[in-house]
Amino acid sequence: MKHYDVIVVGGGHAGCEAAHAATRMGAITALVTMKRDDLGVMSCNPAIGGLGKGHLVREIDALDGVMGRVADLAGIQFRLLNRRKGPAVQGPRAQIDRSLYKAHMRTEMESLPILDLLEGEVAELLFENSKLVGVGLTDNAAIYGKTVVLTTGTFLGGTVHIGDKRYPAGRMGSKSSIRLAAQIRDLFPRMGRLKTGTPPRLDGKTINWEVLESQPGDDVPTYFSFLTNSTSTEQVSCGITHTNGETHDIIRENLDRSAMYGGHIEGTGPRYCPSIEDKVVRFSDKSSHQVFLEPEGLSTDVVYPNGISTSLPEDVQESYVSTLKGLDNVRIIQPGYAIEYDYCDPTTLSRTLEHRDQEGLFLAGQINGTTGYEEAAAQGLVSGLNAAAKALSKDTVTFLRSDSYIGVMLDDLTTRSVTEPYRMFTSRAEFRLRLRADNADQRLTEFGKLAGCVGEARWTVFAEKKSKLDSAKAIMENKTYSSKELEGFGISVKNDGKKRSTFDLLSFPNIEFPDLLEIQPELSSVEFHVREQIERDAMYANYLVRQERDAEALQRDEQRAIPVDMDYESLSGLSGELRSKLVRVRPASLGQAARIEGMTPAALTLILSVLKRSEAERRA
Amino acid sequence: MDTIFALSTAPGKAGVAVIRVSGPEAFRAAEAVCGSLPATHKAALRRFRKRDGTLIDEGIVICFPEGNSFTGENVVEFQTHGSQAVVSLLETELSSISGVRHALAGEFTRRALLNDRLDLTQVEALADLIEAETVAQHSQAIETLSGRLADSVVKWREGLLTAMSLVEAMIDFSDEELPPGMTEDIVRRLAELARTFEREIEGSQVAERVRSGFEIAIIGRPNSGKSTLLNHIAGREAAITSEIAGTTRDVIEVRMDLFGLPVTFLDTAGMRETDDPIEAKGVDLAKQRAERADIRIHLVESSDSGDLRIEDGTAFVGQKRDLASYPGFGLSGVTGEGVSDLLHAIHEYLKNSVNSKGSISNERHRRSLVEAKRCILQAAVHIELGEDYVDLAAEELRRAVHELDAVVGKIGVEDVLGKIFATFCMGK
Repeated sequence: MKHYDVIVVGGGHAGCEAAHAATRMGAITALVTMKRDDLGVMSCNPAIGGLGKGHLVREIDALDGVMGRVADLAGIQFRLLNRRKGPAVQGPRAQIDRSLYKAHMRTEMESLPILDLLEGEVAELLFENSKLVGVGLTDNAAIYGKTVVLTTGTFLGGTVHIGDKRYPAGRMGSKSSIRLAAQIRDLFPRMGRLKTGTPPRLDGKTINWEVLESQPGDDVPTYFSFLTNSTSTEQVSCGITHTNGETHDIIRENLDRSAMYGGHIEGTGPRYCPSIEDKVVRFSDKSSHQVFLEPEGLSTDVVYPNGISTSLPEDVQESYVSTLKGLDNVRIIQPGYAIEYDYCDPTTLSRTLEHRDQEGLFLAGQINGTTGYEEAAAQGLVSGLNAAAKALSKDTVTFLRSDSYIGVMLDDLTTRSVTEPYRMFTSRAEFRLRLRADNADQRLTEFGKLAGCVGEARWTVFAEKKSKLDSAKAIMENKTYSSKELEGFGISVKNDGKKRSTFDLLSFPNIEFPDLLEIQPELSSVEFHVREQIERDAMYANYLVRQERDAEALQRDEQRAIPVDMDYESLSGLSGELRSKLVRVRPASLGQAARIEGMTPAALTLILSVLKRSEAERRA
Repeated sequence: MDTIFALSTAPGKAGVAVIRVSGPEAFRAAEAVCGSLPATHKAALRRFRKRDGTLIDEGIVICFPEGNSFTGENVVEFQTHGSQAVVSLLETELSSISGVRHALAGEFTRRALLNDRLDLTQVEALADLIEAETVAQHSQAIETLSGRLADSVVKWREGLLTAMSLVEAMIDFSDEELPPGMTEDIVRRLAELARTFEREIEGSQVAERVRSGFEIAIIGRPNSGKSTLLNHIAGREAAITSEIAGTTRDVIEVRMDLFGLPVTFLDTAGMRETDDPIEAKGVDLAKQRAERADIRIHLVESSDSGDLRIEDGTAFVGQKRDLASYPGFGLSGVTGEGVSDLLHAIHEYLKNSVNSKGSISNERHRRSLVEAKRCILQAAVHIELGEDYVDLAAEELRRAVHELDAVVGKIGVEDVLGKIFATFCMGK
């Protein structure tokens, strides 16, 4: 009987990334999914990336993950968000052809020699003497392995709501995992319920595109993967329409028939992605809301109206959708629905996404209270790497707030938990100016190589890029010029006695790379994309010094480890609320403890003094 | 956690001495010394005995229960007769009890902070309160101790976070329809915050003076009667609080309580042209000190003006009134003529500036506010440059919040605490 290193349950974005990462680490891996056809299915909007999210995809790619490459292959419209703003807040985003994405993902997964793709419904986790040994299927078959990664998405106790109708389902047309949910609930009593919504899907042939504003992609596309150099398919535009007073009236009149407002849903939905019912109620002074009409692919007419997710009954959806400009005669292919699902409080997880109370069990994706393909994939990557590391007795692979958005997300989840579905934003990253989408490879590829998850092909590409960057920077930093010398080149800087290198000069807002060629003609051989990257690196140089200091301070606090068995109960002077938070989160370091919500300097000092005392005792 | 004790009143002979015990074993330790304990918060007379039954003293005992005491722990206060022998015997007795030890410097306050009884600004204010010598210093410390500064910081932080959230919305939700006029709104909010901070920073200079004392320099040519005047003031008109030898032999400082305000009179070296390099250096130093002082009393040979006026911190007054004859206002350190008028004028002048003081008096707080203001102004510049620079504006605002957090001790806890507790002495 085959014994796997890693068993991944679920074939969505977290599952695929987890399985792919585990195999890159050299782990013999099984991926168990209900339908092999559904590998990498995009069950919500047909787009990947965006602000914060695009950063995550770049980081996954820098670690040789799969999402970025597949998204590039299936991308039908590429846009770099915040193009006019600084590089730190620019996020790549693309409209994706769903079926192409699925097809490329499947090809990618099937090409992995040490991955078995198994079809079946996982009914339970299997234990021997309370040690996790694998998973059992509904047909009573068993799969044995050293570690299990659960990526059950919305399938765990999933319930679909349309108006007052509801039924158990993982997503439209799929069964939900009721038995597994019951077992997980027994194992981990601290579970909650979240909800998310989708809009009705429209027939593009029945939309009057002529009257609508159109949003094309960028002239020069920005890809997700550092390995992609060209677009693979035909490109399309999206349409833009708006809701109006009539739309809002219909929704208001039928609020009591909405699953959410009718009181059928107990789960919490995301504030930043409200249903149209929510928008109309909570922002009643706004007379119109923007709706993007996003084509779901090249070979389909299905259109995804982004901005009107709903749980109203079908007939109400029909009547309000037709009030939007250009949608007078639109046909709804599939009604919108809300889905409620179980999640596991992520503060029960360590930073490797392993459950603290159940060795060998890893959780990734929506089960941890997040939303979004990119958030799921990034967690899949982390859980896959660490499940493999555990099975193969390698070092854990952990990320910090100061090195990646992945680190920010892991820290937020395991420290602060979630009260609504967690989505990445750039504002969550205090080291935003360092953690850019454009330098994800400079931050992470070497780290990934050391961890063992970066393959030769990627390493070669990165090493070449890095050597070009390094040698160009070396030329630039090799020589410095006084303000007087620079004046000779027509560049005026403050006469403060400081000598500046050409790299320093790039941090001035009005100086660009070509301006430097007169000073250092040898720079003319530097390639265009290398110049661009150097400009981005230099732009924040003055701020990065400060962030570097903050990062070091953070690192110091992170290095002050708190033992897992720290006895908070016996610490006098902690408020009851803080004590219970500390017991729940069990922070791994003083730095993590500091980020627990409501933490006070007093409590931190108390913990610090206990740590120092026990250090002193150990030394004595 | 250990139970700690220390003498909380000044050491030495006194009418009463207070010994404070705090910690989980405080009540048990107190029982060992005085038998039964009274109900909490009730004073009771008890006999304090050694373990062998020998009487140490008779005095008052008060118990404060956990959560309702200065430190937040169980606390017992012994009020004994202020005899060094009694204190020493009682301390020996307490330290013989297991789990009970003498407190380290500042340990009571540190526990109060740990147990959330005080925040960082309040701890600092407590240090100021203990050090307070004048009424003005006292009222300033009390204001901070009651949490006024912390309340202000919370309010400023809130305003800053609102502005910050608008900037972040421009970044993270740029794809969505944002309300028009956001840039103007942000700039307006930032300008308002910068103005508030500016006012506080200006006020802080006065508050800092209340804390550390106003400086009043007496200047004039050699032999104009400066030292005589100072001696007179020191001897008759105001209580000397301390006399510090000048940093050079040419500046003598005398600290006083002037009708409730802390002031330091500086007697400076006489100003005259000199060839002696050492003396010339002294004159230079004296000039610099005088320029930095809050008020300069300039003694001149004669005066035409009938009344005493302090303008921009300087008053010209006639010297040696007892010897010279001139029409205007003058004073004499020998007879004391005019001195009282001078002191009242000084007090009036200082009192007016005290009324404009802000909530911050501490240099650490002031520096944070100055930096926060700089960040806010820089952020406004970035925002006005257009959306290309919102990332930098956001970074500046993040830094400004960071600075405010430092004031109330949200970050950099260890550094700040170390400094604060180093200034505390035992048992307070």
